[in-house]
Amino acid sequence: MKRCSLYGLTGLILIFVMFVSVPTFGADTLKIGSFLSVTGPASFLGDPELKTLQMYIDDINSKGGIDGKKIEFIHYDTKGKAQEAKKYVNRLIKKDRVDVIIGGTTSGNTLAVIDIVQNAHVPLISLAGSVKIIEPVKKWVFKTPHTDRMAAAKIYEDMKKRGISKVALITGNGGFDKSGRAQCLALAPKYGITIVADEQYGNSDTDMTTQLTKIRATDAQAILNFGFGKAPAIVTRNVRQLGIKLPLYQSHGVASKKFIELAGKAAEGVRLPAAALLVADLLPDSDPQKRVLIDYKTKYEAKYGPVSTFGGHAYDALFITLGAVKRAHSTDRAKIRDEIEKTHGFIGTGGIFNMSPKDHLGLGLDAFKMLEIRNGTWTLVD
Amino acid sequence: MRLAGFYLFALFTGILPVLFPDSYYVTVVGVTICTNVILAVSLNLLMGYAGQISLGHAAFFGLGAYASAILTTRYGLDPWVAMFIGAVLVGIFSLVLSRPILRLKGHYLAMATLGFGIIIHIFFVQMDNLTGGPDGMSGIPVLSLFGIPIDSDLKWYVVMASAMLFSIWLSLNVADSREGRALAAVHGSEAAAQTMGIDTARVKSHVFVLSAVMAAIAGSLFAHQQSFVSPESFSFFFSIELVTMVVLGGLASTFGAVFGAIILSILPEILLVFEDFEVVIYGAILMAMMIFLPQGLFVTLSRRLHCMFASRFQRTK
Repeated sequence: MKRCSLYGLTGLILIFVMFVSVPTFGADTLKIGSFLSVTGPASFLGDPELKTLQMYIDDINSKGGIDGKKIEFIHYDTKGKAQEAKKYVNRLIKKDRVDVIIGGTTSGNTLAVIDIVQNAHVPLISLAGSVKIIEPVKKWVFKTPHTDRMAAAKIYEDMKKRGISKVALITGNGGFDKSGRAQCLALAPKYGITIVADEQYGNSDTDMTTQLTKIRATDAQAILNFGFGKAPAIVTRNVRQLGIKLPLYQSHGVASKKFIELAGKAAEGVRLPAAALLVADLLPDSDPQKRVLIDYKTKYEAKYGPVSTFGGHAYDALFITLGAVKRAHSTDRAKIRDEIEKTHGFIGTGGIFNMSPKDHLGLGLDAFKMLEIRNGTWTLVD
Repeated sequence: MRLAGFYLFALFTGILPVLFPDSYYVTVVGVTICTNVILAVSLNLLMGYAGQISLGHAAFFGLGAYASAILTTRYGLDPWVAMFIGAVLVGIFSLVLSRPILRLKGHYLAMATLGFGIIIHIFFVQMDNLTGGPDGMSGIPVLSLFGIPIDSDLKWYVVMASAMLFSIWLSLNVADSREGRALAAVHGSEAAAQTMGIDTARVKSHVFVLSAVMAAIAGSLFAHQQSFVSPESFSFFFSIELVTMVVLGGLASTFGAVFGAIILSILPEILLVFEDFEVVIYGAILMAMMIFLPQGLFVTLSRRLHCMFASRFQRTK
């Protein structure tokens, strides 16, 4: 038996050695890595992001690449799991040796990998919402989507205009929800708003009438629901089922046609802050974003169907990266990082980006539009 | 000669980083492999040698990881002290648990351990204030050894490989000890073992505690290495994966567990090139292995090789 294990071990070692491959040295290409949640609970975010990246990268390569270099795109699906995100980012950096990383569909996935990219000195552009990603500023980390703090501020601004001062807050138990809830609570005093109820539900719950009944008993003048996925649609339906007539606000987490489909008639009158992409057709021609938005929308819809703002975040991240590479004339990670930080006046789908060493997002509050759902579609409020 | 296989393996793990210090498969995947090997070896003590199935092994791994994470980040304890406390807590916990749970046999034991694993997982998810909930905990401090911070992949490889070798050495020695023979007797027939004068309940609970504590220490190391823990790493599915590692390599063989852990850690990395089909191919490979090598990959392989060489030796004589 002892001899057995000796032979077995020799076999084992031989097999292992075969796997330990020698690192390969790429030709003169720009290597872009990404880790997105293409499947799993956040797939409705990750899927359009990946499609957008692939579509534009193929397009650019067929036209000869960027700055004389072809783009090599390496992608892994994290399934929305933070641990997988860590694993794949390690792989992107240490095995694939990419120059830039785009990704982190969710805040949880992005926050889990910040240490890795900071230590490895690789520029990362996140597609996730939380303000914690860029605050405090991390040297190598950037992001393109509006933050939850901006969403809360935009909602409160609109409430103030309507003379609402007492708000009932209802949020889910996911990372996005929790981070959003914290921002809503923190910003309320600044806008003179009192939170009269602070209810929570589980993101996989199928009924929120209990929480809403409690809210009905308060003197709230509006309900604010911060969440994404299926749950906000259920909240919306429940509000109407209970006959609550209060104005209902949702976050930018529901900014997709799917929400209107799920909530049906109940979605009428719901207000939410969202990127201009959803209402590209309604913008005045003088709006500098209009051309970019329409271009992206036509291109994406011709190939895959209705756009969502999430794919737009990937568009912004990709073109900020390419702009930086063009200006840097190099695939050196540090040079690309410096140039990303200098992004100025870039017109993306999310707004006009002006980054700086202190601001690794570079969007103002005006990048958000306040929308209202009327007749099953988006309309501009202001 | 008794530990020849072990020395060969130790030599191999030692040479790898010298030959390939930059290889992703050595420094990054290698560390994962080491963690999984410790877990598989510890589970094999219980499953392979004592014949007691456990579908909740990931829970002990998780308890160790969270003990380290919570004690170092929330209470500011030294990582080594936290690891020790975690191991002791898990030891006591598993000792208390072992008596009632190990009275069960077969499917009932499987159900009980499965339930235990799920309960612990729910605890990690729901105890927001303590565990950080589904988002997990980050910012776990760096471990340092003799004043040297372990902060690079290569250093982690050295630490984890040492821990792995120690656990293999421990397992080999336990198997060859009096206790190990008692375990084998319990595996064969509990009634027969009792008539031979073996206190089966005691032997079983000892091995259960040893196995749990080894998993807990692996968990502590994992928490520091990742500097991040979240409940998904300790789910029911990981328990199943560990069982698969042990069965795939070959039950009741320490190197079988080692081999199973290595294969199952490295396969997903290699199959990534197939993108969407990776899971299908992975499943097909596992099925094929179990159909054609039901004794386990390692055990069958070493027997075949042995027979091949043995017959050749005889002919030359």
